[in-house]
Amino acid sequence: MKQLTLVLVTLIGVLLLQAAMDLPDWSDPASPASLHLSSHYLEKGLEETGVPNIVTAVLADYRSYDTLFETVVILAAGLIVLTILRRTLRRRPKAVRPRPQRESQDIILQGAARLLVPAIQVFALYVVAHGHYSPGGGFQGGVIFGTSFILLALCYDLRVVLARFREKTVLFCCAAGVLLYAGVGALCMALGWNFLGYAALAGMLGSTEVMARSHGILAVEIGVGITVMAIMVSLYIDLASGGDLDEGL
Amino acid sequence: MDWDASLLWQFDLLLLLMAVICAIAALSLKDLISCAVIGGVYSFLLCLAWTEMLAVDVAFTEAAVGAGISTVLILGTVLHLNRRSKD
Repeated sequence: MKQLTLVLVTLIGVLLLQAAMDLPDWSDPASPASLHLSSHYLEKGLEETGVPNIVTAVLADYRSYDTLFETVVILAAGLIVLTILRRTLRRRPKAVRPRPQRESQDIILQGAARLLVPAIQVFALYVVAHGHYSPGGGFQGGVIFGTSFILLALCYDLRVVLARFREKTVLFCCAAGVLLYAGVGALCMALGWNFLGYAALAGMLGSTEVMARSHGILAVEIGVGITVMAIMVSLYIDLASGGDLDEGL
Repeated sequence: MDWDASLLWQFDLLLLLMAVICAIAALSLKDLISCAVIGGVYSFLLCLAWTEMLAVDVAFTEAAVGAGISTVLILGTVLHLNRRSKD
């Protein structure tokens, strides 16, 4: 069986390498993917959206439908993990072996975490807010914000995190981010433009259409960040405690 | 921009070799915690490869999600399982 798998994997690998020969060269301007819309994004992106980082402009403005549904995919994945792992109604005995009780009084770890968590959170907010100008945005910022809670849970105890960020609030944030994203889109539609056509917000914000698109991108990035952060925390608290939300790892 | 990626082929080769070594090690090791950590190393190597291809946004995501949080989540899962793999 193992030999058969090896033969199959080698065969598929050779086929894939053979096919990779036909791929266009790296950063070839004549490759099919860069022929149609890319030149428009690169030439007009800054002019139309006021966002110097083209990746952010494409992600959250030109292709904002994709990003909206990516966020929904993350929400769905987080909810599935929650459905499978979380135990509330039937208190079954824990399936895992009892782990040795760890001493939760490690002063160096806890002091380091106490210093690091605020720095990580401020950096995460910076990543979200500065996504217009530098690499970053809602996904990365949300993940970094989520890791600050995970650090707290690892160095202290899961209960310490849950006392500050209750499970109900986590789940509320999961949905609120997607709702914020879709709400911005629906608001644009209510003002008579397309769904997620941020230029519609120009009247409300009292700015030009270009700046309205820039602000719309920031709003949806914040929505993505909230959802991703809450989903990461939700995944961790369920995985670490096996669904009981007790002491964690 | 004045950037010639062909100057860095040695760096590319090194990254590729290390990524292949990491992949083989992750598959052949029996200790699942080592596998999870090597998975994180593999993600970090890919992050360097993205940076080298000037895809900085992708590299940032790879570092935060691939090398950072998925390693933590996989480790959290492994601690609930038997630590040694059967095959």
